[in-house]
Amino acid sequence: MRYEKKRSASRRTVIKGLGAGLGLAAAASFPAPFVRAQSAPVKVGILLPYSGTYAKLGDAITNAMMLNIAENGDTLGGRPVEYIKLDSEAAPPKATENTNKLILSDKVDFLVGPVHSGVAMGMAKIAREEGVITIVPNAGADQITGPLCAPNVFRTSFTNWQPSFPMGKVLLDKGLKNVALCYWNYGAGKQSAQGFIDGFVPNGGTIVKEIGVPFPEVEFQAALTEIAAANPDAVYVFFAGGGAVKFVKDYAAAGLKDSIPLYGSGFLTEGVTQAQGAAAEGIQTTLHYADTLDNPENKAFRAAYKEKFGAEADVYAVQGYDTGTLMRIGMDAVGGDMEAKNDLIAAMDQADFASPRGPFKLSAAHNPVQNFYLREVKNGVNEVISVAYEGLADPAKGCTMG
Amino acid sequence: MDSVFLFIQILNGLQYGLLLFLIASGLTLVFGIMGVINLAHGSFYMIGAYMALSLTQLTGSLPAALLLGIPIALVLGYGMEGLFIVHLYRRDHLDQLLLTYGFILILNETQSIIWGDDAHGVPVPSWLDLSLPLTDTLSYPVYRLAVSGVCLVLAIAMYLVIQRTRLGMMVRAGESNREMVEVLGINIRQLYAFVFSAGICLAAVAGMLAAPIESVYPGIGEQVLIISFVVVVIGGIGSIKGAFVGSLLIGLAQVFGQVLLPEFSGAVVYALMAAVLLWRPTGLFGRA
Amino acid sequence: MITLPNARTIAVLLLVLAALASVPFLGDSFYLKLATRVIVLAIFAMSLELLIGYTGLVSFGHAAYFGLAAYGLQLLSPEYDAANLLVALPASMALAALVALAVGALVVRTRGIYFIMVTLAFAQMLFYLVRDSAWFGGSDGAFIYVKPVLRIGETVLFSLDDRTGFYFFCLCCLVFTYVLLVVILRSPFGQVIMGIKENEHRMQALGYNTYRYKLASFVIAGTFAGLAGFLFAAIDGFVSPELLGWHQSGNAILMILLGGSGTLFGSLFGAIAFVGMEDIFKERAIFGPLADHWQILMGVFVIAAVLLLRRGIAGWLVTWTGRRSPSLQERDDA
Repeated sequence: MRYEKKRSASRRTVIKGLGAGLGLAAAASFPAPFVRAQSAPVKVGILLPYSGTYAKLGDAITNAMMLNIAENGDTLGGRPVEYIKLDSEAAPPKATENTNKLILSDKVDFLVGPVHSGVAMGMAKIAREEGVITIVPNAGADQITGPLCAPNVFRTSFTNWQPSFPMGKVLLDKGLKNVALCYWNYGAGKQSAQGFIDGFVPNGGTIVKEIGVPFPEVEFQAALTEIAAANPDAVYVFFAGGGAVKFVKDYAAAGLKDSIPLYGSGFLTEGVTQAQGAAAEGIQTTLHYADTLDNPENKAFRAAYKEKFGAEADVYAVQGYDTGTLMRIGMDAVGGDMEAKNDLIAAMDQADFASPRGPFKLSAAHNPVQNFYLREVKNGVNEVISVAYEGLADPAKGCTMG
Repeated sequence: MDSVFLFIQILNGLQYGLLLFLIASGLTLVFGIMGVINLAHGSFYMIGAYMALSLTQLTGSLPAALLLGIPIALVLGYGMEGLFIVHLYRRDHLDQLLLTYGFILILNETQSIIWGDDAHGVPVPSWLDLSLPLTDTLSYPVYRLAVSGVCLVLAIAMYLVIQRTRLGMMVRAGESNREMVEVLGINIRQLYAFVFSAGICLAAVAGMLAAPIESVYPGIGEQVLIISFVVVVIGGIGSIKGAFVGSLLIGLAQVFGQVLLPEFSGAVVYALMAAVLLWRPTGLFGRA
Repeated sequence: MITLPNARTIAVLLLVLAALASVPFLGDSFYLKLATRVIVLAIFAMSLELLIGYTGLVSFGHAAYFGLAAYGLQLLSPEYDAANLLVALPASMALAALVALAVGALVVRTRGIYFIMVTLAFAQMLFYLVRDSAWFGGSDGAFIYVKPVLRIGETVLFSLDDRTGFYFFCLCCLVFTYVLLVVILRSPFGQVIMGIKENEHRMQALGYNTYRYKLASFVIAGTFAGLAGFLFAAIDGFVSPELLGWHQSGNAILMILLGGSGTLFGSLFGAIAFVGMEDIFKERAIFGPLADHWQILMGVFVIAAVLLLRRGIAGWLVTWTGRRSPSLQERDDA
């Protein structure tokens, strides 16, 4: 009896051992011999969330970036493109490991990602050390193009500071001088609030109340009551995703919408107006994009995106699309030769093109210099009202580059 | 703080606490009576919220969605107990923890496959879509008050069932002495299946009721899971009364933490828990 | 009560150790970093195993001490200079130990499900404190720009910046942790905590103050989790609040399940399997489109492992090598 048991156990141990061995082999994913020929594919490593809360953003960015490169015949600088996708799970503890995998094991030429600022920090650390050309298509942490800026790190999205800064002047122009701030009390929320303060207070505005809600808490009743008690001229908020849906609905349900106008960074009404319904109508926000932007690039992009993926493009898709453009500009300049890295970086640094969002170029810190639009939700769509700030660059505090 | 706003903040805390009670009561029942730790409890709250979304779209009314959703939740709970949890009664808590953790992974990804990763809103039933004016600027949504009312009714009903009925007697007996109950000829297997399904159902009902308030998006289950753990710890495992008092305390702590200690509001509820434990290691109404 | 591994198990362990020691000679920096991570996670899981496998305390908040020590290194590292290993390592472990002492003093008074939930809740509290307070560098995480060095006076003997050297340093820490924990478990103290796992009332009746023993075990486990956390932070020089989060605690428990509870060295196999498993499930070549939903595969695997694979990799190994530790026998009998 005992003997039998031992035997079967030993067999299974072997199988398990084989399994573990397979695991290591799979982890290696059979690195191909490194061919330097011009016809060898350019490897684009993508580290984006494909599961969890941010999966939708990861998909939009990936789709649009691939759409862009497909429009170029699926080539970069004349070479075919190989994509290596990795799910970031929006988990910072895994950020460096995943980045290592793409850079050291898969030996990618370009690194694209991520969405989450915490992941971006870990990724930027490795990218700076290894010198791989990295393009951040969403994560807005100010630090990435601030104190952590590096020649090989680019961003096609925004800093958290950027979308909020223009709103200060917009509110003052409307005569709204006493404003309450409400935001998720974490990196992006705090930096967004700082952006608003920088554009508002020096020009004569007063912050009458600042309310930080612990992230990702979505119970807003206490905050709403505090807003009502402070009774400001207006409220400026930073929330996104599910929190944005809930805040906008709660704000209306509490009856505040009619008495104290609500303004926000554009993420408050981006991709969620359907869920917010009537509560979102009339809310004004500032962002570097709006679905209804009237320029030929935007119209062509939106049509192509809709045709290929059957869904409406959003700001994340635009950021992914421009990531593709930026890579194309760099690779065209050097004819696909990754060895000419300095020239490639220089070409990307000088990029100046017409994006679906309007004119796009990069600051010395490699963050977009772009227009910010004042938008208003009308029938569930963010309609452009005006350009709130033309060609706004992030102050890039702490960046020693350029 | 103005006394009117103080009153409103208390109302906010109680209202939030009552909703928490609904989630935590299911958890404390399963813990207390079956001795099983269910990490996937929050996932059933999430499933409830998504059921509210789909079923209101299907039927056009939230009450109808509730009527359809409750049996679905019961079946899910019954199936999970019969197929998986039943193997864990004689295992240690480590295995329970891991098995239900596996369920979290599966249910989260399944949610993403079925419903996608968008955030959705669930409309408040039109006959409850009103607001009571409280001050010049602030009013209170009637739906929130209605949900509080439902939670209160369910709390009283649960208390009566457990204290006054034969079923409740079996539940109470099962909690204190499993063997004794079996000797008395009560089918403990059926009892456990019932308790587990009821626990899951409470979580799902909480999710369905909360859907119009909370809106529906991926990951809503995990947030409530840990906070309901804290409620159960404060109230004492297995105690419905404890879960009730604990929920209201946490609701109030959350609200006033945000108002008075904004920098540390995330940690306030846990500090409250630590304080209660210092005073009473088995919670307010727990038995040693 | 703890039996040293028998000759064949030791032979297998030495083989694994030799395999690990040869990783740097592959000359592949990715595998070197991956193996470093596996070893550090093994130390982390091993520290938790002292609680779960030998004291009978299922802690669901063990990542808190791991993460705090990781932040310890970050806080002690000057921005443009290297921290001294001789100061930073003991200080970071002491930070983990102190917090474990404070939390432990409260939580070891509870037991069973209570203990699980209370450890989780305290870990969450520490997570929020680290994330939201100004001292720790914010929710996005923070960098350690210069890796710590071993410095006596002005002489730098050794820098963790050297990847191979750092790897062997971690490997030594793993062996050191294993040996020290075996010594602890074979000491009278170890006999008592294992007695507590079997039957706490009996130990109390024998006159032991079980509270103190459990607390001591909790603090030792926290301290070694701190060692692991410190090393983890030094791998890539990046720390984030999520290192203290409950997912991280859950991962450690998962490693123990895979490795097999009841043997310390099982943690090493658990860590290898844990890191390997995810890569297998994400591999499109094996699972095709299902690889995109790898979390379902992981969940099914975890459930199957709990139901079918009750003694983990180490359990098989011990059975295979012909001698079974008493604690395993006991689990079978239960």
